[in-house]
Amino acid sequence: MSTNESLIDVAEHVAESLGGAIVSHEIIKDEVILTAQASEISRVLQFLRDDIECQFKMLISICGVDYPEREKRFDVVYNLLSLTQNNRMRVKLHVTEDELVPTATKIFSTAGWFEREAWDMYGIYFDGHTDLRRILTDYGFEGHPLRKDFPLTGHVELRYDEEQRRVVYEPVHLTQDFRTFDYLSPWEGMTDIQLPGDEKSGTSLHGWKESDKSVKGAK
Amino acid sequence: MANTLPKEENIEVAGQTQIKPMTMNFGPQHPAAHGVLRLVLEMEGEIVERSDPHIGLLHRGTEKLIEYKTYTQATPYFDRLDYVAPMNQEHAFALGVEKLLGITPPPRAQYIRVLFSELGRILNHILNITTFALDVGAITPALWGFEEREKGMEFYERASGARLHANYFRPGGVARDIPVGMAEDMMEWIENLPKAIGDLETLLSDNRIFKQRTVDIGVATKEEALDWGFTGPMLRGSGIAWDLRKSQPYEVYEELNFDIPVGKTGDCYARYLVRVAEMYESIKIMKQCLNKLPEGPVKVNDYKVSPPPRAEMKDSMEALIHHFKLYTEGFHVPAGETYTAVEAPKGEFGVYLVSDGTNKPYRCHIRAPGFAHLQALDYISKGHMLADVVSNIGSMDVVFGEIDR
Repeated sequence: MSTNESLIDVAEHVAESLGGAIVSHEIIKDEVILTAQASEISRVLQFLRDDIECQFKMLISICGVDYPEREKRFDVVYNLLSLTQNNRMRVKLHVTEDELVPTATKIFSTAGWFEREAWDMYGIYFDGHTDLRRILTDYGFEGHPLRKDFPLTGHVELRYDEEQRRVVYEPVHLTQDFRTFDYLSPWEGMTDIQLPGDEKSGTSLHGWKESDKSVKGAK
Repeated sequence: MANTLPKEENIEVAGQTQIKPMTMNFGPQHPAAHGVLRLVLEMEGEIVERSDPHIGLLHRGTEKLIEYKTYTQATPYFDRLDYVAPMNQEHAFALGVEKLLGITPPPRAQYIRVLFSELGRILNHILNITTFALDVGAITPALWGFEEREKGMEFYERASGARLHANYFRPGGVARDIPVGMAEDMMEWIENLPKAIGDLETLLSDNRIFKQRTVDIGVATKEEALDWGFTGPMLRGSGIAWDLRKSQPYEVYEELNFDIPVGKTGDCYARYLVRVAEMYESIKIMKQCLNKLPEGPVKVNDYKVSPPPRAEMKDSMEALIHHFKLYTEGFHVPAGETYTAVEAPKGEFGVYLVSDGTNKPYRCHIRAPGFAHLQALDYISKGHMLADVVSNIGSMDVVFGEIDR
């Protein structure tokens, strides 16, 4: 895999060449993440595919992420792969609920279904997509199930009705209340939460350690 | 293929009968649909003009469910995606979580994971080749292949306790060590496996009917394969030497010696040949893993991630607390995000994981290879006969667990 420096080089090269289209670039866990202007995404993808130093010839996936508390609530994430440079790149867009995202189908044929999925799951509308139907949910489904405000149980359930001799939809009925626990207790775990006394232990909280005795909890 | 809807009436043109174009339903209950695929085919006589796959009949909302489960509870969902090679899926998730946690499993665990990933690849390819042959009219390969496959599944069972839904690869290692004596039995099985695969080859590789049904059917060129996002045997069948095990090696693949078979023609037959050759390579990898298998622990020695041994819980209060916390609250993963992919038997299986620092994933997008492959069905089937669509579906190796998620 490429080293960190070459990743930075690629990211800076793209940011320079595309000027205002790239809002920011960062490297998290050895992975390049570009944040782009939603309206410029076609140009960005075209450049990433055709530029000789990038050659991201393959679009691996497109997906949405929902952050309901943000003003621009959705992230649209494009994962790209370059076979010749052996690199991966992630392009992110921040979009509002009713913003149009230009389609990527004209650049990568494989974008078609991934955009349909993002539309189905999040309601992100892709402008210029010729066949933006629902893909994974049922015919006639309402709502966008992967949004954070869509309940896990859904709104309807279906069963076969003996009298009507067909499958009927009914509002979902829970025999037991839906239970969810957030577990945000200050157990030290692997969070950044520091308990009094934690600073005294010099060893890191995670990682493989050579000793065959346990790190914590041994006799 | 139940109902056919006539579009236009027959028109007589100068003594020639024009065949009426029709729309045809294929599946969802059809043995050659490999599960619950519903295809709406627009036919011009026997020629397919357009095929529109309707998927989602097996959609279970896996990604949504994972958002509500701890990382430990999320692992078994990956078995239920591509249920033909369950452990390969878990592998991607385990690697992603490990990347976010910043941990590396001990060497023995890495070897065991590679061993079972390759076993999964063999089992997957046996199933694909034999059912593919079944689709195009050969029943014997399926009868022969399933025997070997069942023997392979027994190793899954001996290691994890389940034939299919193993839940064996966990973030931080594997659930438990392989039982005593299994390595020897496994070695014996893979010693004899080339003969079984050879038998399948004698049935198919030079079989006139099989070749008539697959050669030059569903051709994808290099450019088309890249454009449609093909990975795995689909991409290699089109002549592109690309395998994540070589190009972006994870676990111990770097230390192992194996080759990447590449096809030439990009048709259904090339994909079949690639899969057969891959099985021999997987056998090579498994042998090396068994010979090199180091001694030692099989999960990270950090009780914040992997549970303490049962014996220790009997006399250590802290171990007991760790166990309790792990199986109720689970472990917290530092905020961050990663896209981690493995070379699953069907292609690149990736997990895009976003963590917000709690014990549950904020978002877990699953990139299934079959999803991208099936999308291209319309493109590669255009202008082919109806029966060739069946060949194309078979050679794509679609499994609806992973496509519909």
